[in-house]
Amino acid sequence: MSAPTQLTRRDLLRTSAQASAALVLGFYLPLRAVAQSVPLNPARVFAPNAWLRISADNEITILVEKPELGQGSRTYTPMMIAEELEIDCSQIRVEQAPTIPALYPGLRTGGSGGVLNTYDPMRRVGAQAREMLIAAAALQWNAQRHDCRAENGTVLHVPTNRRVRYGDLVEAASKLPLINPDTLTLKSPKDFKVIGQSILRTDVPSKVDGSAIFGPDLRVPGMLFAVIARCPHFGGKLMSYDPAAARAIPGVRAIFPVPPLPRHYNTAGGVAIVADSTWAAIQAQKALVLHWNQAPAFESTESLRKEVERQAEGPPTFICVDRGDALQALSASPKQIGASYESPFQAHATMEPMNTTVYVRNGQIEVWSPTQFADEVQDEIAKLSGLPPDKVIVHMTLSGGSFGRRYQWDYAAEAWQVAKEMKVPVQLMRTREDDMQHDFYRPYNRQRLVGGFDNQGKLVAWSTRVVTTPIAGSNLYTGYSESPETLKDPGTIAALEWYGADVAPYAIPNFRIDYAPAESLVPRSWWRSVSSSYTPFAKECFVDELALAAGRDPLEFRLALLTDSSPDTVRLRRVLQLAAEKADWGKTLPPRHGRCIACRLGGSYNAQVAEISVDDDGAVNVLRMVSAVDCGISINPNGVRAMTEGAINFALTAVLTGEITVKDGAVQQSNFHDYPVLRLNQAPDIEVHLVPSIDDPGGVGELGAMLVAPAVCNAVFAATGIRLRRLPINPDLLKRSA
Amino acid sequence: MGRVNLLVNGKSYEIDVAPETPLLWVLRDTLGLTGTKFGCGMGLCGACTVHLNGNAVRSCQTPVRSVGAKKITTIEGLSSDRSHPVQRAWIAEQVPQCGYCQSGQIMQAASFLSKTPHPTREQIDEAMSGNICRCATYQRIRRAIQRAADAKA
Repeated sequence: MSAPTQLTRRDLLRTSAQASAALVLGFYLPLRAVAQSVPLNPARVFAPNAWLRISADNEITILVEKPELGQGSRTYTPMMIAEELEIDCSQIRVEQAPTIPALYPGLRTGGSGGVLNTYDPMRRVGAQAREMLIAAAALQWNAQRHDCRAENGTVLHVPTNRRVRYGDLVEAASKLPLINPDTLTLKSPKDFKVIGQSILRTDVPSKVDGSAIFGPDLRVPGMLFAVIARCPHFGGKLMSYDPAAARAIPGVRAIFPVPPLPRHYNTAGGVAIVADSTWAAIQAQKALVLHWNQAPAFESTESLRKEVERQAEGPPTFICVDRGDALQALSASPKQIGASYESPFQAHATMEPMNTTVYVRNGQIEVWSPTQFADEVQDEIAKLSGLPPDKVIVHMTLSGGSFGRRYQWDYAAEAWQVAKEMKVPVQLMRTREDDMQHDFYRPYNRQRLVGGFDNQGKLVAWSTRVVTTPIAGSNLYTGYSESPETLKDPGTIAALEWYGADVAPYAIPNFRIDYAPAESLVPRSWWRSVSSSYTPFAKECFVDELALAAGRDPLEFRLALLTDSSPDTVRLRRVLQLAAEKADWGKTLPPRHGRCIACRLGGSYNAQVAEISVDDDGAVNVLRMVSAVDCGISINPNGVRAMTEGAINFALTAVLTGEITVKDGAVQQSNFHDYPVLRLNQAPDIEVHLVPSIDDPGGVGELGAMLVAPAVCNAVFAATGIRLRRLPINPDLLKRSA
Repeated sequence: MGRVNLLVNGKSYEIDVAPETPLLWVLRDTLGLTGTKFGCGMGLCGACTVHLNGNAVRSCQTPVRSVGAKKITTIEGLSSDRSHPVQRAWIAEQVPQCGYCQSGQIMQAASFLSKTPHPTREQIDEAMSGNICRCATYQRIRRAIQRAADAKA
């Protein structure tokens, strides 16, 4: 995913070093944030920084800036702070931090970066408060600092066994000069009491009794409900509409056209219907008579397939990675193997469709949005409306799934477009059909791979051509032609289009990745693990093909390519061996059952073994997935397991059934009947084995999704001898021959 | 529009609403009971599951006029304090991730267990496969249902 904002130590310092103790949101508040803050009495609340408040009643509140999308930010953040603050997590109240980017630089999450970007600064948040509370107690007791220590929400004077609660130190601590958190030494992981424990998530109680507030659950007095009818053909425009039948639906208040917003906002416009209830708005949407002109080009999946095949064979626009001389080594190779792999567009299909509630009034805009990018929502609506950003108050609600979708702000911008016409709060909802047909899809992609052995049968050369409908420069209905600059930046292309295709640390001396884009009108963006959702499919299946060509066992072939003693190699070998061992590698399976493996590294290391069976009619049953994960230290190990299980299941949809196709420039799927996602009866047994570690944490939100396709397809080959190179799996290819 | 009487979580309501309106939208937009979710509008995902006289139904496919005197139970009325065995099991197994579908999952599971107190894995799979979870917490849903069944046994 695009590089998440790093919350640096300098940021933390900036927000805490200048004292202004009477403010709830930290000591240093830039002017534009003051208006949104609530004055606090320093005698009653100790707030050494923007993330933490301790009240005289001993109530400890943590303001979590990262959005909660289901990944556990409202649990792992308090855990990191609690570790250094020496408190029990059960003592903590959690709130969503307000959208004040000057104060909270991390109001977004993506790229599996939530934990790794906050691991250092959030522990410093706790350490700073702890040290100030200890200093306050020492001052009160006229004691030496080194005779005092923090313990379970109290400061203890060791020589006398005197003890004082944090709440009773609030007034004294508030008067102290701030301690620079950057100067503090953090605890050694071996002393951790909170981090590494599987604690209960703070958000779960509200998610079993219906009280959790997602975007559509917002209720603002006087609010109305809206939907937009959008052109089904990408690039099409509204020619005319007849609202008479729609207007006759009881409860309908207003029907008006919404113009497309400039390219940057990725909204296509349409006709808005505002009503007393969501249902009335949806009924009116169906009753509207609409005339669109169709897309300038009638793109179809068929035409796109031809285009990516052409781009896979033609000249590249970039050489992305070039080690040794792969082309020369391949042409000199006495034994070459080649194969091409293809994966279609995928929808995010979050259970909560995109929606946002907006209230425009008196020079101020209030926004309630299930977003993973709150500061951008604020910034973009400020730009659209012409108001300064501090007049755009953005509340992040819980998000009902995201998987990268909520990094776009199209649905918030559209809600503003509708609400500004109404002068009352308006909740803009998408139907499932709206959501599925106006997504930003995982790019269509094709990869052509060639491997070459030398005379001794050693794998010496590999080249990969990656072709995608690029995210880089992708903008609604314009392809990439208007943004050539983003396609010239190798870093952008790497992060968005081919990351995950590099074979390293497999020891292959001559290696090359090159890239060519394919133009498309279909909007694209990040989809859980971005390019790593399709590049390991090609890379790890092709490793399997090469192992077969070399006459070697797939696991042994991989291990033989992982011979150096670099940390990457050592850690990757370890997860490979762990997954294989736990998955009973080598143990005989019944006929038409198969087991195989795949591995990758990035910030975290993962190997997965799939065990599958293939029915006579070609249906693939995924029976068991064994995943070995080395993500450094796990803040909440049960949370890491949950993320990994979910990511594996999520990716199975794209392997087994998920496919977005296009005809006449329109998405052909509309709901869960024609975009079937994994259901419980298809869900395999999953085992997640964590490698114990005290290394700094890596990400896990996307990790589990990356290897499912190659592990399953390699296992299908083991079961049937049939190599699958296009997803989703076509059962017709796997039917048992009579 | 027309007058409709409803009994929701033990409370009587008289509302003025078009009789073909799905129960889902009456619960959410008229009564403000937002724990029941909209997911697909076609009865394909189960996010809108509530009980009518203890039976799990998809409220997006249930016109409000068809409810009559049947007792409606939503997630808000399953228990007052998260003490229903299914809710307890959901917490113990840490099932929810995003949580959006979980009201429907829990209502489906509660109705299922009331009729099938000692389910097999196959029965669980069959009963729960109409409810989609895109975070795909399926393994934990299976475990939680088994746990709730064991707790009742």
